[in-house]
Amino acid sequence: MATRLQFENSCEVGVFSKLTNAYCLVAIGGSENFYSTFEGELADVIPVVKTSIGGTGIIGRLCAGNKNGLLLPHTTTDQELQQLRNSLPDQVVVQRIEERLSALGNCIACNDHVALTHTDLDRETEEMIADVLGVEVFRQTIAGNILVGSYCSFSNRGGLVHPHTSIEDLDELSTLLQVPLVAGTVNRGSEVIAAGLTVNDWTAFCGSDTTATELSVIESVFKLREAQPSAIVDEMRKSLIDSYV
Amino acid sequence: MAQEAGMFTVQQTIGSVLCCKCGVPMAPNAANMCVKCLRSEIDITEGLQKHVIIIHCPECDTYLQPPRTWIKAQLESKELLTFCVKRLKNLNKIHLVHAEFIWTEPHSKRIKVRLRVQKEVLNGAILEQAYTVEYVVQDQMCESCTRVQANPDQWVAAVQLRQHVSHRRTFFYLEQLILKHDAAVRAIRIKQMDQGVDFFFANRSHAVKFVEFLGKVAPIKSRHDKQLVSHDTKSNNYNYKYTFSVEICPICREDLICLPPKVAVSLGNLGPLVICTKVSNTIALLDLFTLRHCFMDADQYWRTAFKSLLSSRQIMEYIVLDVEPVSSEINVGGSKYVLADAQVARVADFGKNDTLFTVRTHLGHILNPGDYAIGYDLYRANSNDIELDKYKGLVIPDVILIKKSYEEKRQKKRGKPRAWKLKSLNMEVEDSAKATDEEKRSSEYEQFLRDLEENPDMRFNISLYQNKEYQPSEMASMTDEEDVPSIPLEELLADLDLSEEEAQNDSMNE
Repeated sequence: MATRLQFENSCEVGVFSKLTNAYCLVAIGGSENFYSTFEGELADVIPVVKTSIGGTGIIGRLCAGNKNGLLLPHTTTDQELQQLRNSLPDQVVVQRIEERLSALGNCIACNDHVALTHTDLDRETEEMIADVLGVEVFRQTIAGNILVGSYCSFSNRGGLVHPHTSIEDLDELSTLLQVPLVAGTVNRGSEVIAAGLTVNDWTAFCGSDTTATELSVIESVFKLREAQPSAIVDEMRKSLIDSYV
Repeated sequence: MAQEAGMFTVQQTIGSVLCCKCGVPMAPNAANMCVKCLRSEIDITEGLQKHVIIIHCPECDTYLQPPRTWIKAQLESKELLTFCVKRLKNLNKIHLVHAEFIWTEPHSKRIKVRLRVQKEVLNGAILEQAYTVEYVVQDQMCESCTRVQANPDQWVAAVQLRQHVSHRRTFFYLEQLILKHDAAVRAIRIKQMDQGVDFFFANRSHAVKFVEFLGKVAPIKSRHDKQLVSHDTKSNNYNYKYTFSVEICPICREDLICLPPKVAVSLGNLGPLVICTKVSNTIALLDLFTLRHCFMDADQYWRTAFKSLLSSRQIMEYIVLDVEPVSSEINVGGSKYVLADAQVARVADFGKNDTLFTVRTHLGHILNPGDYAIGYDLYRANSNDIELDKYKGLVIPDVILIKKSYEEKRQKKRGKPRAWKLKSLNMEVEDSAKATDEEKRSSEYEQFLRDLEENPDMRFNISLYQNKEYQPSEMASMTDEEDVPSIPLEELLADLDLSEEEAQNDSMNE
């Protein structure tokens, strides 16, 4: 089920949060609304942790992780590192890595099995990713952009990529990731998918500017409506009411 | 990433995404919305004028471009479209791609223009939108039409051209020159007066240009004056009527002149009796007995304005009995002369008495015994000239021959039309013309046409047109060696032709 929300009047929820199958990280904001939305949705299932990385709130773009581990940039302070180690479940390996490209969330897109990375990532970082996250690493570009972590977002069940991705690229990526992929937009035509959307296997959160069409695409590709047969999805797309408060 | 220069590149097919608003599949663009959704959201014509008022003068069919210019344009023409687009403000902020008229009823006083504009919206997407601008046409007479309506004969500048001689040969020639150079194309009225022509213009600068043109083709002296018509005290605008008084020098071609002593000395002791051979903006004078020629320009002439002794009214016809060349052929300023002694008798005397004159003439190259010649009879003439009296002991010849006459041969051709014709200016003639004046005028005109035929250098500046009614049927039968000089066909222009041929054809002159 996809939820629309805002972080302090910004629709880029993927910047201020990180959602995986085992935990959820949320940025510290002025009001508690953002955190409480996540909590309301996920509190029974996974821990929702409020944190900052390097003193900033753009945690979604600075760290990369899945249910096996979490990678943090070198700008993370020791206190934050310790806090995260304490708050997250024990099976999640929290690791701080020395990497020139410190916005790991922009450079790495991953699910529990496969990761796509920036083409200029260090060899050691790649090994670290394979080690900590337990994934197979592929260096790729999406629609000619090297920041794969920003322009695509995928879970274990499906993925959404930059709208200008060609069909051949889509097929290639789909084969690599072994999940169905769709080119689409989020937040009323924004191409930066991962900044506007954060997703795991059963739920997704997107910016409040996301239109009903985009929401239906997200829900269908990430298979968030398990309870309903997919035939209805096509009909519902036409009659979706464009207000969801 | 695909590389160029020989490497294998994968074919890239653009996929389709759903429009984020309406869900219709479309090719991805910068806004990721289909065109309809984009148009419904963003109106790029916001802030542009959709209603404009333009002012039109119904008399002259012109449109006002403030503050003062009136632009002539037809309905649905390119000029009108340019004018309408120029009247729109704020059009520089947006990119105009196309403009066209939508048909409206002419009486509705509305003009509709459909414009297509492009603008960049959102993140780089360029949106194109068409919109209509409606122009309301308001009628208002422009200033010049108002003035014309108030007084249709209103002129602002007048040029009064005068020559104080008793014939109109100069004006016939000037008329042709003016036609050739289109100098009087801006004149609103042309009026023929006694001893001259008046030209009326709507603008002082047109009159000045005309006077300058006259200065280039004739030796003139001019003065100008102005007269106040009205005065606006508030804005200090003064309206004047300007008058230019132009006088052409009274010396004409083939006039006999006795030069005043000072002038003769200043020209290098040119014999006091000279003939004027050519008048353009300078006067060419030829001394018959020494075959020297010299030029006087307008300034020089008007400083010592002398009159001619005898002119074309006083010519006499002579028959040549004997010619003895005295010198060889001399080339004087492009024309050849031969000094010769000739025995001539007046045609009027020829059968009746034995009055013979032996004279020195410069026409030795064309005169043969039995020819007719035209000249001045000084033996009988009673000249009242002051200048002549100043010369004491001057030997005056009895007869001075000017040119050869083709009168006999012309008798045969009398009444037959010529192969060429001339155009004429649209002149108003005074009503007080009498019958005798008409006769005089037509015989002068005939003489002018003959002059044209005989003198190739006179034809140089004039456009001659083919006379379509002329049939050259009898020309073949003329077997005389000495034909009446006529204008070769190559010199004639077909009507309405460009006159570039004229200059080429001159080189083919006989």
